[in-house]
Amino acid sequence: MPSKFALTVKNLSVVYPDNNGGLRALDDISFNVRHREFLCFLGPSGSGKTTLLRVLAGLLNPSNGQAHFHHQHPKIGMVFQQANLMAWRTVIENIKLPLELEGMDAARSRAKASEMIELVGLNGFEDALPRELSGGMAQRVAIARALIHDPDLLLLDEPFASLDALTRERMWNELSQIWQTTKKTVIMVTHSINESLFLADRVIVLTSRPGKIKIDVGVDLPRPRKEDIRYTPHFGKLARTLRETIK
Amino acid sequence: MPTSKHFPRSLLAILSLMFAIFAWQIIVRLSGLPRFILPAPYDVWMRLLKALADGSLLHHTSVTLIEILLGLFAGVGFATTLGYLLAKSPALEKILSPYLVASQAIPVIAIAPLLVIWLGNGILSKVVICALIVFFPVLVNTIVGVRATPPALYDLMRSLRATRWQILSKLELPASLPILFGGLRIGATLSVIGAIVGELVDAQEGLGFLLQLGDFQYDTSMVFVAIFTLITLALSLYGAVVLLERKFSK
Ligand SMILES: Nc1ncnc2c1ncn2[C@@H]1O[C@H](COP(=O)(O)OP(=O)(O)O)[C@@H](O)[C@H]1O
Ligand SMILES: [Mg+2]
Repeated sequence: MPSKFALTVKNLSVVYPDNNGGLRALDDISFNVRHREFLCFLGPSGSGKTTLLRVLAGLLNPSNGQAHFHHQHPKIGMVFQQANLMAWRTVIENIKLPLELEGMDAARSRAKASEMIELVGLNGFEDALPRELSGGMAQRVAIARALIHDPDLLLLDEPFASLDALTRERMWNELSQIWQTTKKTVIMVTHSINESLFLADRVIVLTSRPGKIKIDVGVDLPRPRKEDIRYTPHFGKLARTLRETIK
Repeated sequence: MPTSKHFPRSLLAILSLMFAIFAWQIIVRLSGLPRFILPAPYDVWMRLLKALADGSLLHHTSVTLIEILLGLFAGVGFATTLGYLLAKSPALEKILSPYLVASQAIPVIAIAPLLVIWLGNGILSKVVICALIVFFPVLVNTIVGVRATPPALYDLMRSLRATRWQILSKLELPASLPILFGGLRIGATLSVIGAIVGELVDAQEGLGFLLQLGDFQYDTSMVFVAIFTLITLALSLYGAVVLLERKFSK
């Protein structure tokens, strides 16, 4: 069933089993994602953001409702809160893992991994091991790994939450540029208003437990966005709207 | 252990070995014990040359080595397979673990005679004893190793639609390798003991047999030769595992 949406989510609920009737993490969530849209979910911790991404990645079955993809078997690229690299693999070996799993031959997957290393600015670190990388570098490896197999959907779970403020803002810029060049459909989850406004085309705010959709706001800030966009009145207005909804 | 530039470790080892042999010679001299109780280093050396020349040492060593290698492969093979299944299935582990733990309460030495009666005094009984003694430490380390795989990496693999086989070969195996090798190192050392225990019960060949023959014939120098060969064998095996480990780890 081809549609103009990359993803359609309908009446999605997730209930985790517990001792008294189950813990409702997500409650009746419905939304559409357009092709090549950058969508951000914003919500306090415990609002079911990770749960939502796990459902979309096929790691968790919803208790109710469904997620319908434009592609029947969508390829997923996922970046987790922690870089989640394989400690025994070098940077380039980590990045080419998705291609290995698809059965691509070594020479081609290495060449593609080199391109990705270029894209995320890790030249010279091809043969470094994860333990030799800073947090920001490790997360860049994770982003490269999530993009290398040309996924239909990129899922980002608070990818910069563990980084210091300066690194985090530098990563916003880089992710923004990467998204401009690769034009992927992205769903990112965050609890930072600035982060969501800097990156997204659209922000959906989730309520705290159980996660429900509170508002769905278009972010009509011009691209490419630079750091100083945060000091524009329009950014300020959007930020205020989001902050007041979250309260 | 810190070693200075002027004293490389290998040189230190050789020096300490020379000192030990020298001390041994002094003890033999001073105590005046007869050769069949405590042979001098020189006697043992001559006995070694003789056993090498008539081919007997090589023959018995190769028999024991084959038993060890077969036992090691069988023991490691079964232990890693079962260990993986137990690591993946807590239910299976609950059912089997009482038996596995109980089996460890019985020393292999106690059942070795039984195994020789059942399986004959040839190579098979030794291989089985060897495999049994290797089994448990490798099993335990396999379970611990597989369970040490970071759960988040399973999520990563599943988000990439990895097959079961890919999860095993590209995630679980490399993630558990360091712990697995720990078990293998213990297993390699134990396997030598296993083969000798079997041979001491009843055998026609092998280093254990040679040991016992020397004992019966008051050929104590031969006993020493056999013991030193065993030590060399155990050390080489351990070294081989360490080399293998170094090759696989980063
Ligand atoms: N595997 C699980 N089992 C039971 N409860 C869970 C599980 N994972 C998350 N939860 C609960 O579901 C709620 C939402 O969690 P999560 O999706 O991780 O939220 P967020 O990512 O927004 O912080 C939380 O209350 C959390 O405790
Ligand atoms: Mg989360």
